[in-house]
Amino acid sequence: MAELWQLTISEASELLRRREISAVELTRAHLDRIEQVEGNVRAFVTVTEAEATREAEQVDRLRSEGAELGPLAGIPIAIKDVISTKGVRTTCSSRMLEHYTPPFDATVMNRLHDARAIMLGKTNMDEFAMGSSTENSAFFPTRNPWDLERTPGGSSGGSASAVAAGEAMAALGSDTGGSVRQPGALTNTVALKPTYGRVSRFGLIAFASSLDQIGPFTRSARDMALMMQAIAGYDRLDSTSINAPVPNYAEALTGDVKGLRIGVPSEYFVEGTEPGVRAVVEQAIETLKSLGAEVGECSLPHTRYGVAAYYIIAPAECSANLARYDGVKYGFSSKQPAGSLIDYMSETRGAGFGSEVKRRIMLGAYALSSGYYDAYYLKAEKVRTLIKRDFDSAFERFDALISPTSPSVAFKIGEKIADPYAMYLNDVFTIPANLSGICGLSMPGGFSDGLPVGVQLLGPALGEPMLLRIADAFEQATDYHKQMAATPSTKKKGRSR
Amino acid sequence: MTTAEATAATDYELVIGLEVHSQLLTASKMFCRCPADYANAAPNTHCCPICMGFPGVLPVINEQAVDFMIMTALALHCEIPDFSKFDRKNYFYPDLPKGYQISQYDRPLSHDGYLTIHLNGAEKRIGITRVHLEEDTGRLAHLDGGGDRYSLVDLNRAGTPLMEIVSEPDMRSPEEARLYMEKLRSILVYLGVSSGKMEEAALRCDANVSVRPRGQAEFGVKTEIKNMNSFRAVERALTYEAQRQIEELKAGRRIVQSTRGWIEDRGITVLQRVKENSDDYRYFPEPDLPPLVVSREWVARLQAQLPELPDAARERFERDYGLSTYDAEQLTAERAMADYFEAAVKAGKASDTHARAKAVANWTLGDLRRLLNTASLDISVSTITPAGLAELLDLMDAGTISGKQAKDVLEKAFASGAAPSAVVAAEGISQLSDTGELESIVDAVIAENPKAVDDFRAGKSSAVQFLMGQVMKRTKGRARPDVVTPLLQSKLSQA
Repeated sequence: MAELWQLTISEASELLRRREISAVELTRAHLDRIEQVEGNVRAFVTVTEAEATREAEQVDRLRSEGAELGPLAGIPIAIKDVISTKGVRTTCSSRMLEHYTPPFDATVMNRLHDARAIMLGKTNMDEFAMGSSTENSAFFPTRNPWDLERTPGGSSGGSASAVAAGEAMAALGSDTGGSVRQPGALTNTVALKPTYGRVSRFGLIAFASSLDQIGPFTRSARDMALMMQAIAGYDRLDSTSINAPVPNYAEALTGDVKGLRIGVPSEYFVEGTEPGVRAVVEQAIETLKSLGAEVGECSLPHTRYGVAAYYIIAPAECSANLARYDGVKYGFSSKQPAGSLIDYMSETRGAGFGSEVKRRIMLGAYALSSGYYDAYYLKAEKVRTLIKRDFDSAFERFDALISPTSPSVAFKIGEKIADPYAMYLNDVFTIPANLSGICGLSMPGGFSDGLPVGVQLLGPALGEPMLLRIADAFEQATDYHKQMAATPSTKKKGRSR
Repeated sequence: MTTAEATAATDYELVIGLEVHSQLLTASKMFCRCPADYANAAPNTHCCPICMGFPGVLPVINEQAVDFMIMTALALHCEIPDFSKFDRKNYFYPDLPKGYQISQYDRPLSHDGYLTIHLNGAEKRIGITRVHLEEDTGRLAHLDGGGDRYSLVDLNRAGTPLMEIVSEPDMRSPEEARLYMEKLRSILVYLGVSSGKMEEAALRCDANVSVRPRGQAEFGVKTEIKNMNSFRAVERALTYEAQRQIEELKAGRRIVQSTRGWIEDRGITVLQRVKENSDDYRYFPEPDLPPLVVSREWVARLQAQLPELPDAARERFERDYGLSTYDAEQLTAERAMADYFEAAVKAGKASDTHARAKAVANWTLGDLRRLLNTASLDISVSTITPAGLAELLDLMDAGTISGKQAKDVLEKAFASGAAPSAVVAAEGISQLSDTGELESIVDAVIAENPKAVDDFRAGKSSAVQFLMGQVMKRTKGRARPDVVTPLLQSKLSQA
């Protein structure tokens, strides 16, 4: 039998239901796994072992009392450190919030608690979710379990690596320009950016409010359906959440893609994409064709302006969203003697934020400044509208679109960090979905030189069931998603205490 | 005013526009569920992660605040577009927990209305540029602890709803500005959307003031005046500032665009900040809130619920109660006063409504208002209820007490909270109207005052008043004059 940490949620859930394993055993197995590999992977900022054990015991008690529990009850998961967790520090991998403990839970946390999922801890990320490699963490970079020399992508690199290394059965990340899908692609995990508004943002520490969306990492499409079932839905506390019924996602997994119309956007198959990546995506298209999908070409002409528009809109919003970190109420405060109020705030923000965060705040403040607003922010918003229209017309003809998730496989730590522009281009295929609010999923599509390649599926607003259906059918025909990294251990297997 | 000043004042025209902020009487704050009323709360007790700007929180629009805003817009004859949105106004300050204020920039909830003021018997319309919703900031307390200066932040007020009403530069005198403020306050209080209390900063007024040579089309350079905490302060500050600007211009200096603060106890405005360029608040649409779509049904529902407003009430008081314009205006300036008046008229037994209305108006605007002002009480909490005032007037009409006694009863009832009839009974206050008893008193007075009788015979009518005074003295003021006067007249003619 496989190790407990190798199971999918669906498999573990069935064992728990039949009481062949206990939630405590399952949680313990993951805590042990964390102990084994975490020294190499460094996915977690905080591991909440005591709370996780207590919650697992409670699930076992409830089950022994005959309680009807859902599929996530007793399932150990990891949470990106950008999602507020009551009583558990939530750092955004920033010095600014290194010692900040939220007094409330994000709505997704309430939903996961209701489902009796077990939180193992909080995962590392690029500071305030700004970055594509998790190297911008103020604490340490997270490594890719497939190759410890490489980054897992970002900004949700901690969550991606945790799931890829078997440290958690699933994880939550956040995707503002690809921060779930790109690390998903680089770590061979299933990663979904839901439709904007499908999952409540209440408690998600904002980077760019009109683009941010919480999304899960799992090791199968079926597990993704279970996670989405738990976290999706309208929230009164988030005025941008969609008040529409939540479908039964598992029911969408018919295993059949016959007759589905899948579009291949020509602008996503251009130079700059690694040949190995391209080959995997083309093979995936062939596989879907062989399963009966109707594949055709389409055009999303404004894609090429996506990165430029994104790097106006996201920094503009972040310049306001991060203004609250002024050292007055919570978080880091400068101890330097300051001449004036503004000096004090400048000292605090200068020392509390890392360089990428500061770069984006400055970009955003500039783009919103009087005299530049029309040329930058307003123009970017117009591009955004055009990109939305591109998708609207594409989805009149196609049920879903297919593309690479990222132009490259996992890159080496330090390789791109000195060149922000090269780093920003990582998100060229993922950004348009955020700008237009549609949903996007990255699924394990194969390998290039032993490194995972993600295939991105894009669907219209609330098209998650369609994406899950295609990904599930693809999984039935392939076994890429079942392959796990041979993450080297730093400790001997088993309990050391 | 000196002659020189008078000349200057006629050479120049004053141009005033007002920006008024009103707190709203909503149950909760603008974007969270914290109670909006923080008046008696200990610092930082009426706040939550949302209004304290914690990481990850999101705003939710308070529908009641939008209702209040639409009602105000309707009362001010504003246009209410279908589409409106909120924006972020970015600046750093410790009383602004998010580092930005959620306000409205280019698509306010309403715009292009007017308000009517009455000046020297004429009506004048003051244009309303826009009315929009935003959130208030917290409050800072600057302290000095043994040489160590520090500031404390209280976030109870942070996130409470604020409505900003911007007028056109249509006012031409400090008096017009005061009348505008008074009328605006009156409307807001009638609507029940604001307490209207300037002294508690529930209603705040900033003024843009400029002067220009009479006949010049373009506006002069303006200054913005802040810190005016009463209607009187508005009028005084603007009078001062206009004069100051005129003197600057006459001395050949130019006006510097700036913000000036009114110093109440010194009666002057002082420079606070020079505005070189307009401030850059880097406004952009609030991404956490979808655009606000105000349906015509929503507006129609509120239009139907709109209460009577002061101008309509004044006209009705003149028409239905036969009151003078002056009395009607005085009574309807405050909704509580108008309500009190109407309740008192209705509670009485008088058959002549107009006569009773006039009496209620006189007493309400006279003795009762004086008592309330002395005690610093609002009429809505008057110990003399409308029914109490009606009872007092009924006692007068029935002849049980005199007008002079009524004043006494009013004061006692006001002080004790007892009903006027109870005061009358307890104090044994009554009028002497028994003709037989009064006749013997009149006889005695005439007998004791032969000189007055002689004076009367000599044609001095004042003798009657003297003798009446003597009767009153003997009866300790209880004699009914309308009974005594004919008695005296007939006795004196017979004597």
